[in-house]
Amino acid sequence: MKENLQISEVVVNLKKVVSLNFEELQQKYFQNKNDTIYVINFWATWCKPCVEELPAFEKIASNYSDKKVKVLLVSLDFSDKIDSQVIPFLEKNNIKSEVVLLDDADANGWISKVSEAWSGAIPATVIYSKDKRKFYEQSFTFEELENELKLSL
Amino acid sequence: MKSRKILTGLAVTFITITAFNSCKNEQRKDKQEVAINETVEANNEKTNSETVPVGYKIGDEATDFKLKDINGKMVSLSDYKDAKGYIVIFTCNTCPFSVASEERIVTLDKEFKPKGYPVIAINPNNPEEQPDDTYELMQEKAKEAGFTFPYLFDESQTIYAKYGATKTPHVYLLQKEDGKNIVKYIGAIDDNVKTASMVKDRFLANAVNELLEGKEVTVKETKAIGCSVKQ
Repeated sequence: MKENLQISEVVVNLKKVVSLNFEELQQKYFQNKNDTIYVINFWATWCKPCVEELPAFEKIASNYSDKKVKVLLVSLDFSDKIDSQVIPFLEKNNIKSEVVLLDDADANGWISKVSEAWSGAIPATVIYSKDKRKFYEQSFTFEELENELKLSL
Repeated sequence: MKSRKILTGLAVTFITITAFNSCKNEQRKDKQEVAINETVEANNEKTNSETVPVGYKIGDEATDFKLKDINGKMVSLSDYKDAKGYIVIFTCNTCPFSVASEERIVTLDKEFKPKGYPVIAINPNNPEEQPDDTYELMQEKAKEAGFTFPYLFDESQTIYAKYGATKTPHVYLLQKEDGKNIVKYIGAIDDNVKTASMVKDRFLANAVNELLEGKEVTVKETKAIGCSVKQ
């Protein structure tokens, strides 16, 4: 028992992906009313266009690290793939942005809460600040994403 | 230090396994709660014609097509003279959501083909963009997954665009009315793509059953996560 406790501390230090249901995700990341701009991207390791645009999000996070810009990557991989696919992918691609996994089967319930405009296809992105919120069901290049971000800066 | 690392490694594995198991159960519980709380709220009435890419809406007439099946035969809706309607499903070979739905699609075909609503599956993806979705791999998939329905290749990528399918799987339920195929339901197969045993609401099957009873479809549109169609 003692050993287990000790070790769980070590686990925390390894790359970790938290799994949330939609309500938890919404409370934690979608309702902030501070002076940060949130760039929230829905993706999955198996989604080719999603994987292709991840570097754009990473670059935004690093180029704007001195501004109040927060990039969050919400993985829609199945939760039983966290250890076998998601974490190895993040490590291999050296993804630095925060990643959470949305594990909530009732997609019909929550997709519209992200945006009425969302069909459910990924990639999809929300950019919001305290007074603006925009939704995009599309892929981004770095330039396109930066242009959208600048609208909120 | 070294021995601690080894111990840690072993125990991490151990914890991962136990965490994984217990986690799974917890998630199940979560999901049930979510399902109970939210299916009631699930708002299926709202259409989003302003923002969603063009495609069919409920009540529109859907086009027929002539697409190649895995045996090289051209298939059209009009080939099914006795059908009352069709379950048209845009799906593909490897998208995890499509794969997770395969068995359910076969079940739907077995359940509803005898009642006049056969499944017609269409792969809308461009294999140049998605190498797993070639015609040859479609042939393999159909055999391996025991498809009982035609699996068609939208080679010119025109049909999915007319229907407005944005992802796989994406379902269009059509009913024959005066020689036209009218869209009666658009969206997901059911309310739990990942785990068939956890399904509470079989959206598509419910819709077909309502049509069979001569009723109006109650839940006309639903949403699900899916792999975007590869153009």
